[in-house]
Formats: sequence, structure tokens, C-alpha cells
Amino acid sequence: MAHFLFFLLAIVCVGAVVGMIFSRNQAYNALLLVLAFAALGGIFGLLSAPFIAVVQIIIYAGAIMVLFIFVIMMINLREGIPPEKKKWTIYLSAVLAFILIVELILAARGSFQALTGPGGEEIASPKALGKLLFTEYLYPFEITSILIIAALVGAIILVKKKEEE
Amino acid sequence: MIPGSYFFILSVILFILGVIAFFVKRDLITQFLSIEVMLNAGNLAFIAFARALNSLHGQVIVFFIITVAAAEAAVGLAIILLIFRQKKTIKSEDMNLMKG
Repeated sequence: MAHFLFFLLAIVCVGAVVGMIFSRNQAYNALLLVLAFAALGGIFGLLSAPFIAVVQIIIYAGAIMVLFIFVIMMINLREGIPPEKKKWTIYLSAVLAFILIVELILAARGSFQALTGPGGEEIASPKALGKLLFTEYLYPFEITSILIIAALVGAIILVKKKEEE
Repeated sequence: MIPGSYFFILSVILFILGVIAFFVKRDLITQFLSIEVMLNAGNLAFIAFARALNSLHGQVIVFFIITVAAAEAAVGLAIILLIFRQKKTIKSEDMNLMKG
């Protein structure tokens, strides 16, 4: 059952990203990524990380992608994106991607041993995660809140229209 | 129980697809979306290792990555909006101000 669920979610996730590569419509791209991130949230749930799964669905598939869709609506290109003229960049990217995949497999070969072990079976409860977040990771947590404030202020300052014009 | 290497291979595949999308696509928004795909592939690897090593620290790191991704999306989209206002295009080929 778990295997079936994993392969279903993995196929949905990879299929949505492949669909994003072939689609020309930006709004469809964003919606396909919502699907991919929601499927990834399900995979996080399978990995006994329920809190991260919920955060993934609420923040990634919800908030961040809604932000993208709002910006796509504001930009609203009438004529769409014209097809690529330079074909060689596609071949170059295929070659680079192949090199990268070989590199990643070679680099990760050692860690496969650690991953094939039995691993932790128990569910990582949000309570334990919160305890860790507010004791050991308290300073990073506070710094993150400052980062969010800075990003918020920066985004507002950047897109604000000048009043005097 | 599903072996952790399955999740790791899925994460590698997602990362590669993100890289390919970043190079193949020509508009800034889709390239930005493919950066998000790569970030999520990293998250998946972190959580797979967190379970394999039976430690919660990987999940905390993923929590921080998601927060930073939210901040990055806000600022990045603001920059894309500014570029669109000034140049009326979001194709990355037209960003040639620094070309010699």
C-alpha cells in the first residue's frame, strides 16, 4: 500500500514538472507546480514528517504559488511566449543535465548505504519538532523572522510606484 | 516500508528536471518556478536522510528552507515585476543591459 502510494505520488510529481517543461502557458506552469508540490507534501507525509507535509501544502502549494499566480495575472502577456529560436541551448542543457546526473549519482553512491538501512519508524511529532525549534534552533528561528520582515519591506519598497511622477 | 534510497532517487530526478527547465525555458517566471523545484528536491533529500538517520534536525532545516524560499519568492517576484514595468518583457534574452 505504501509502495503504491509512493509511486503514484512520485509519478504525479515528476509528470507535473515534465509538463511544466513542455507547456508554454505560464499560468498552466504555475498550476502544474501546485500539483507537484501537493504531491511532494504527500511524499513528506510518507516519510513520517506530518508537520513538514502540512507546512509544504499550506505554504508552498498555497501561499507561494498564489503569489506567483498573482504576478502572472499582473504581467498578463497578450501574445504569449514565442517559441525558442536557439535550438542549441536545448541540446547544451541536455548534455549538462546528463553530466550533472552522473555527478550526483557518483557523489551520492556512498550515502546509499546509509539510506538502505531500516531507519526510524516512529512518527516525528510536531511536539518534538517544536521543542527542538524553540530550544536548540532558537537563534536561527529569530533570525528567520528578521529575514521575513526584511523581505517584506524590501518587496514593498521595490514595487512601490513613485508618488511624485 | 519504503527504502530511503527511493526518495533520494526521486529527489535527484526532481533536481535534474529543475535544472533542465531552468535552461530550456526563456521567461523569467518559469525559470523562477524551476528554482523552486530545485529547492523542493533539496527538501526531499533532507527529509529522506532525516528519516534514515532517525534524527529530527533534517526536518528543522527543511522548515527553515521553506521560510527562506517564501522570502526569496517575495523579493524575486518584486524584481520581476519591476523589470516588466521598465522593459515590457520578461524574456530572459532581453535582459542584455550588461552585454558588452
